[in-house]
Amino acid sequence: MAKLLEVRNLTTRFRTERGAVMAVDDVSFEVDAGETLAIVGESGSGKSVTALSLMRLIPNPPGEIVAGSILFEGQDLLKLSDAEMQAVRGDRIAMIFQEPMTSLNPSLTVGLQVGEPVQLHRGASWKAAFAKAGELLSRVRIPDAKARVEAYPHQFSGGMRQRAMIAMALACQPKLIIADEPTTALDVTVQSQILSLLKELTRETGAALILITHDLGVVARYADRVSVMYAGRVVETGTAREIYKKPQHPYTRGLMACVPRLDGALGDRLVPIEGSPPDLTRLPPGCAFAPRCSVAQPGCLTARPVLEDVGGGHRKACFVAVDSGVPVHA
Amino acid sequence: MLDANVADAPLLVVEDLKVHFPVMAGTLFQKQVASVKAVDGVSFTLKRGETLGLVGESGCGKSTTGLAILRMLDITGGRVVFDGQDITRHDRAAMRPIRKRMQMVYQDPFGSLNPRMKVVDLIAEPMIVHDILPNFAARSDRARELLALVGLRPDMADRYIHEFSGGQRQRIGVARALAMSPELLICDEPVSALDVSIQAQIVNLFQDLQQTLGLTYVFVAHDLAVVRHISDRIAVMYLGRIVEIADRETLYKRPQHPYTQALLAAVPIPDPEIEAMRPQVAVSGEVPSALRPPPGCRFHTRCPRATDVCRVDEPALRDLGGGQMVSCHHA
Ligand SMILES: Nc1ncnc2c1ncn2[C@@H]1O[C@H](COP(=O)(O)OP(=O)(O)OP(=O)(O)O)[C@@H](O)[C@H]1O
Ligand SMILES: Nc1ncnc2c1ncn2[C@@H]1O[C@H](COP(=O)(O)OP(=O)(O)OP(=O)(O)O)[C@@H](O)[C@H]1O
Ligand code: SF4
Ligand code: SF4
Ligand SMILES: [Mg+2]
Ligand SMILES: [Mg+2]
Repeated sequence: MAKLLEVRNLTTRFRTERGAVMAVDDVSFEVDAGETLAIVGESGSGKSVTALSLMRLIPNPPGEIVAGSILFEGQDLLKLSDAEMQAVRGDRIAMIFQEPMTSLNPSLTVGLQVGEPVQLHRGASWKAAFAKAGELLSRVRIPDAKARVEAYPHQFSGGMRQRAMIAMALACQPKLIIADEPTTALDVTVQSQILSLLKELTRETGAALILITHDLGVVARYADRVSVMYAGRVVETGTAREIYKKPQHPYTRGLMACVPRLDGALGDRLVPIEGSPPDLTRLPPGCAFAPRCSVAQPGCLTARPVLEDVGGGHRKACFVAVDSGVPVHA
Repeated sequence: MLDANVADAPLLVVEDLKVHFPVMAGTLFQKQVASVKAVDGVSFTLKRGETLGLVGESGCGKSTTGLAILRMLDITGGRVVFDGQDITRHDRAAMRPIRKRMQMVYQDPFGSLNPRMKVVDLIAEPMIVHDILPNFAARSDRARELLALVGLRPDMADRYIHEFSGGQRQRIGVARALAMSPELLICDEPVSALDVSIQAQIVNLFQDLQQTLGLTYVFVAHDLAVVRHISDRIAVMYLGRIVEIADRETLYKRPQHPYTQALLAAVPIPDPEIEAMRPQVAVSGEVPSALRPPPGCRFHTRCPRATDVCRVDEPALRDLGGGQMVSCHHA
């Protein structure tokens, strides 16, 4: 069966005063209908730019998608006209952003905004869209939803605003929802409410979810598959179980080892990854992780590793095999 | 050698601490219409060399507690006793000698500072303010020494703040806090803004410094796993009060307050196999406004175990034994 989404060699660049930033560099991944793919990586690794590229929302200038293809239901989104892309956005693909306050208009009622996609894409009347908004808000369990359609975003708490964003994303029953750090600004009890709700609703509607996060715990709880990004590239990808059980890339292994866990042994020292991520305008010619990598070989400094299968769809971009002396962290 | 009694005496005692902020309204004449009880009866003690973790969701009063201990805020009620001295009503002048001994480390160490300032000047600034090391050369030497202590190269002293990464800035922030050789550090979300790979470096730095310098920490963070890793004891706050306090082993293994249990259940563990087996019990609702905390137990609006008594009587902190204190009628 064809994949719902196939991203091939996506490359997005920004021109800045300091030079070209390779924000997303030759990124490939796919998403099946109904599955949850987590994109995980540290700040600046290219997660948001990947998401915005999929939605074709990269500001140009300074940004530009310079290569690749984004096959969605068999159609290359990069070949669509602006008008055609607009018809996809908010309809078959919806996006949820980190900060709902910046993506909700403060001077319009919540109901109007949540109902807007139905009006835009389904030609519903203003009144019908408003009624639909009430339904959607109760679906995301906003108490007293029918009355709250009249409220303005500032009258909502942070968690309620994010619920409203989810309601808006669901409005046209999208095939794919892209959620970019949807709960990072929220308290942990609210975070788990929102993510569980999102997961449940995607399960009900059969939508696929791309969940962008830097939280390895969130990935473990909600994702079927994971792509780990570092300096604009996917360095490892596979099922969540595989990646956590047998991380192959030194960066992934480093990440797993450096986060304290609620169930970890007490008294152990954390094992940090030394150094810091590279400057994307001055990427080294070889593997971008080489300056921080404890098992780097001379060859890593000159050539770039590409994703290669290590079995069962688990892929890593690294020249060195795991069993060559790399400690496997528990 | 310290006298055994002195060594065992707590470095910090906080007793029934209250910090209320007035809420003003009115167009021409502002008058107080209400108050935010940001901290409303917080008590704990801290021994030398110990780390107390302070956790709880946004707005529960963690930062306010820290600022009140440093007397950067006026205290509405209760007492703060530092090394045997009651500093609750100290004015600026009286606080001066004590402020050297307690310092703050912030989440964003230079958010409010000039990015064009040199590192050496930043670290030397508190030395000038407190009038120690009168000449520039001595201060500069000390700054370099501090940079080495926090794992940076001494020659970085001559560079500008904006040239450093987040993790390096936090190291500089720590060096600055250490300039006065403090005994107590109040660390307010010092690793929250950092990427996880950098976070681990800074957490290790805090632990190393505690070992070598014998520092005492109040460590504020919302990441329960980080707090568990670094703290000896942990206090969980909700709407201005401590709902549970215990040593870390007890708190994470046998949490007794329904809010502590809810918080811990909400934190995912980075292991899909464990997550698949964990019951997913999300507590409902969000934290109510601090302006109008619920009557009785402040958690009753979200508590799965709430009964009638919870809606009227505020539970007091009770000792459950072994230093575990819980404020819940049904724990
Ligand atoms: N409009 C822009 N102009 C120039 N550079 C940009 C722009 N937007 C993003 N970048 C750069 O692209 C890179 C990737 O950024 P991106 O926002 O995708 O990171 P991220 O993985 O989402 O990080 P975070 O976890 O901090 O959200 C960064 O180096 C960033 O500075
Ligand atoms: N200067 C102030 N004036 C009025 N209210 C304040 C002031 N400072 C804090 N508050 C209020 O006091 C309460 C406690 O705030 P505090 O900053 O201590 O919370 P916190 O636990 O540190 O939260 P966070 O995790 O968001 O940092 C909040 O309701 C806050 O809005
Ligand atoms: S390719 Fe080389 S430098 Fe890069 S992660 Fe693998 S071993 Fe390390
Ligand atoms: S006192 Fe009652 S409402 Fe409060 S935490 Fe205990 S059971 Fe819940
Ligand atoms: Mg981002
Ligand atoms: Mg705070």
